[in-house]
Amino acid sequence: MKKNTNFSRRFFLKTTGAFTLLASIPAVLKATYIQVKEFIVPSKRIVPLTVSVNKKAYQLDSDTRTTLLDLLRENLDLTGTKKGCDHGQCGACTVHVDGERVLSCLTLSAMLVGKEVTTIEGIADGDHLHPMQEAFISCDGFQCGYCTPGQIMSAIACVKEGHTHSVEDIKEYMSGNLCRCGAYNGIVESIQKVAAS
Amino acid sequence: MKPFELIKVTNTKTALSHKKEQVQYIAGGTNLVDLMKKNIHLPDTLLDINDALIRHIDKKDNRIFIGAMVRNTEIATDKTVLKELPLLSKAVLAGASPQIRNMASTGGNILQRTRCPYFYDITTSCNKRIPGSGCSAYEGENRMSAVIGYSKDCVAVHPSDLCVAFVALDAQVHVIDTDHKKSIIPFQDFHRLPGNDPHLDNNLPEHALISFIEIPENPFARNCAYIKIRDRASYAFALVSVAAALHMQGDRIIDARLASGGVAHKPWRWLEAEEFLRGKNVSDLVFSQAADIIVGDLHPLAHNGFKSNMLKGAVETALAQCLVV
Ligand SMILES: Cc1cc2nc3c(=O)[nH]c(=O)nc-3n(C[C@H](O)[C@H](O)[C@H](O)COP(=O)(O)OP(=O)(O)OC[C@H]3O[C@@H](n4cnc5c(N)ncnc54)[C@H](O)[C@@H]3O)c2cc1C
Ligand code: SF4
Ligand code: FES
Ligand code: FES
Repeated sequence: MKKNTNFSRRFFLKTTGAFTLLASIPAVLKATYIQVKEFIVPSKRIVPLTVSVNKKAYQLDSDTRTTLLDLLRENLDLTGTKKGCDHGQCGACTVHVDGERVLSCLTLSAMLVGKEVTTIEGIADGDHLHPMQEAFISCDGFQCGYCTPGQIMSAIACVKEGHTHSVEDIKEYMSGNLCRCGAYNGIVESIQKVAAS
Repeated sequence: MKPFELIKVTNTKTALSHKKEQVQYIAGGTNLVDLMKKNIHLPDTLLDINDALIRHIDKKDNRIFIGAMVRNTEIATDKTVLKELPLLSKAVLAGASPQIRNMASTGGNILQRTRCPYFYDITTSCNKRIPGSGCSAYEGENRMSAVIGYSKDCVAVHPSDLCVAFVALDAQVHVIDTDHKKSIIPFQDFHRLPGNDPHLDNNLPEHALISFIEIPENPFARNCAYIKIRDRASYAFALVSVAAALHMQGDRIIDARLASGGVAHKPWRWLEAEEFLRGKNVSDLVFSQAADIIVGDLHPLAHNGFKSNMLKGAVETALAQCLVV
């Protein structure tokens, strides 16, 4: 019998067909996988974002889920603002939005269009510390320092709002900032010092 | 947190035209963002309603109108409120922290969800979170739970302070539903009792908007007080709270208002005690008798029996403070 080394037309069609089918399976699988994944883990929504932080405009693409706290720390390298609880319960993440103290962990960045954010990095005047920063240093307003950026941002607002009539007044209006080290007395003194000057 | 689309809406018409199931409104975000982080609320779309609703306080025909987007701090410091509705300011200042009050809106405060620890812990059963799954608090850790008006399906309390003052002052909630129809719900009927469908906190129609709160003219500006007892002196939810207001003529009580937070699934009015106080001359004894009427109605759970004595003291203190002007 003569050895047939030529491929028949039928053989060609069969094998290429099989290969095409094989090759297409992963694509189908992949598409199904993406659909299933999309169903279970919906895809991120990335939106262009313009925010103004410490008088500097930033433009970037951001997931709608990004809180102001994560935006500052993870995207803008402004790590002065601290994450304590991430649930509105400690005040470590306090910043100012349009001059008022708010919690950055409960603020969605995408809702900040047209607003001005001020963080601990934005309060000093060049090499001159803000009077509240000076006061925290001279009055021992901190120990480990983790809550301090939030305390200082809150303290500046507390003075501006005029809640410095008494120690009780200061304590009540600083109650949204917890300090695990218990530096409260130094914090109250710092605020009294700035309020008096 | 589940990914979502964020849309800013600038009027109520557009806001109400998104009727899909997984759409939620966001105002200050202080409750909703937290619940989304915990995967308790999973909206596909968030509608930012901050520019769609009113953010000021108006007075018309001796009635005061508070826009749904008015921040809690703005209520507390508003001149008209301080002069005519000081009870609102006192209640707001007893709640949350300055940062949260700067963010929190009036509408959001009314619609905030319970702080029951099991509602927040998605590894436990909770009828409010997953209808039919069971209530972990009823026979579990229920120190913070209700002492009146609960069912075995839910013993959660409504966490707001502001709402206690609203119910005491006969506020009305102005609502626009998805057919763009406007209606008014008396505050006392706004929140629900849990019954056997505790996943519903209130009677707001689905996807409807709160547009503003109306408060009728009242004679309670002079003699009112808000007492809140909590685990620490500030920045904590109420164990019990009392809003008290008296309309006095000399030593005689012409009319009274008494309401509480931390006791039920809704801000609770003590109508029987109010009735008792009407026409009486003020005295420690009368205040104590009013408090006894209130405490007599309570049915504490295994771990919150302490709320009875606490509430008695809070009612007496609040009534006494009404007279300190
Ligand atoms: C640590 C902490 C402590 C707190 N302590 C207290 C306290 O002691 N006392 C107290 O009273 N509160 C307290 N709060 C709760 C706080 O007051 C509420 O979270 C706040 O009032 C909610 O308002 P918001 O605008 O941020 O609401 P959002 O989080 O934006 O919205 C809450 C809900 O309301 C809906 N919604 C908002 N506005 C409207 C509207 N106009 N129409 C229809 N739906 C609307 C949203 O869809 C959402 O479901 C505390 C909160 C935190 C985080
Ligand atoms: S009390 Fe209500 S909110 Fe708490 S676990 Fe029971 S059902 Fe859930
Ligand atoms: S990190 Fe925002 S309050 Fe704790
Ligand atoms: S200084 Fe350590 S937590 Fe405040």
